[in-house]
Amino acid sequence: MKEYFRDIFQSIWTVLLGMKITWKHLFTRACTMQYPDQRWVLPERSRMRLFNKIEDCIGCGQCVRACPVDCIYMTTEKRTKDEAPVFASDGTPIKLRVTQFDIDMSLCCYCNLCTYPCPTHCLVMTPEYEFAVYSKQDFLYRFAKDKPVAPPKPAHHTPVPEPAK
Amino acid sequence: MEALLKLLSDNVAGYGSLASPLQYLLPMVLASLCCIALVALFPIVAVYAERKVAAHMQDRLGPMRVGGWHGWAQTIADGIKLLLKEDIIPSEADRVLFKLAPLVVFAGGFASLVVLPFGASVIVSDLNIGVLYVVAISSLGVVGIIMAGWASNNKYALFGGMRAAAQIVSYEIPAVMAILTVVIPVGSLSTQEIVRAQEGGWLGIGNWFIFKPVTAVAFLVYYLASLAEVNRTPFDIPEAESELVAGYHTEYSGMRFAFFMLAEYVNMFVVSAIGATLFLGGWNSPVFGGPVAFMLKSVALVFVQFWLRWTLPRLRVDQLMYVSWKVLLPASFVLVILAGALAVR
Ligand code: SF4
Ligand code: SF4
Repeated sequence: MKEYFRDIFQSIWTVLLGMKITWKHLFTRACTMQYPDQRWVLPERSRMRLFNKIEDCIGCGQCVRACPVDCIYMTTEKRTKDEAPVFASDGTPIKLRVTQFDIDMSLCCYCNLCTYPCPTHCLVMTPEYEFAVYSKQDFLYRFAKDKPVAPPKPAHHTPVPEPAK
Repeated sequence: MEALLKLLSDNVAGYGSLASPLQYLLPMVLASLCCIALVALFPIVAVYAERKVAAHMQDRLGPMRVGGWHGWAQTIADGIKLLLKEDIIPSEADRVLFKLAPLVVFAGGFASLVVLPFGASVIVSDLNIGVLYVVAISSLGVVGIIMAGWASNNKYALFGGMRAAAQIVSYEIPAVMAILTVVIPVGSLSTQEIVRAQEGGWLGIGNWFIFKPVTAVAFLVYYLASLAEVNRTPFDIPEAESELVAGYHTEYSGMRFAFFMLAEYVNMFVVSAIGATLFLGGWNSPVFGGPVAFMLKSVALVFVQFWLRWTLPRLRVDQLMYVSWKVLLPASFVLVILAGALAVR
């Protein structure tokens, strides 16, 4: 009998305690981020979409070798002696013409291993992460503009909008 | 309605010369239009409010997109979506019952509005058995729920329907007993009489039944039982989504589903309004009386329903029956006896 009344009292009491907690939370600030309007400040060196500044690429293939999932497809052809010499922006002579430089971003695991060996620092990670597409084919980014197999999709640095306060 | 009739005959020239059935019919139609407007608008506002309250209690924002300012048009958009949805009737379902069930559930809630005393003269019909009428007519919903569960030909729906029947029938008893503790001192079943009995007193609220010892406990009993009657958490086992998909309305889609939702919110309002009438002084208020005070009280009680829903987990079936038969029922019996003793003294 004593237990019966104690149970009733206790259940009413705990319900009130619970209600007090939810009441407090009713007035706490929501932690929701309204995504397209507000964005996270990305950490420095965030690893999102890859970008190859093809003018600087010397076609050395270091990145292709480094990639653990083999999702960089590159073909080159030798430039002839008669062609005017070209240099990358850091002065490295470009001896090979990169005819194909495709990265399949649907396979990429964003490990960033390809960017370290790049001697001219032309292959970089960009902070661009909104690149969802309707077809898997569109994830194949073609950076070689000389002989594009399909119209090249411009991969560019999209400035990250200021996150809302 | 009588007030409306008087208003019409006083202000509209030549109203008295109309045929007398027409004279009575017009206020009736007007009053029911008002009720339909309330029934259609309240769920829209309440669903939005509930989503907002729920979201903020969970530190979220809730709907924020549709309509611009804080997603105010979300429920309207959802309603339109439900209207445009395909109306699916399972091939093995009992077609007649399946179509009828949402209407029966809805009618149960809607018909209760007739005796709600919104103000001293703002009432559709002041039945002299108003409280009994509400108790009786709101039980119609159970029939609809069982119909829906049975007609769907789906085991989850049937389970939901049976649970609803068991639950509502058992909670009806403590609810009616709690109502009795108010009816005994007032000596009338008319909702208006009950509200008038709560006029005056200390600060204009002293005569409210919630401030009197026996009826204060009765209010608690009534409120808990009414939560169970409208299938709200913690007593929402008929539609326990984690075990029964959606309970009795699992197979419903489109507008028929919307009718169940509509009925749920209308019922929430009705039980809160009855609670406000019986225990919180109805349209009496120390500051401003009338429909505004009545609505405020009802909406406050509806808010507590939201609040409880987002605070408490769902009860188990046996716990639910325990609460009804072993706690609320004995308590309500004791209350009725006490109320009777106080009345004859
Ligand atoms: S980030 Fe890793 S997986 Fe992606 S292309 Fe570079 S090396 Fe390959
Ligand atoms: S490592 Fe750099 S320079 Fe070499 S092929 Fe890759 S992107 Fe071009």
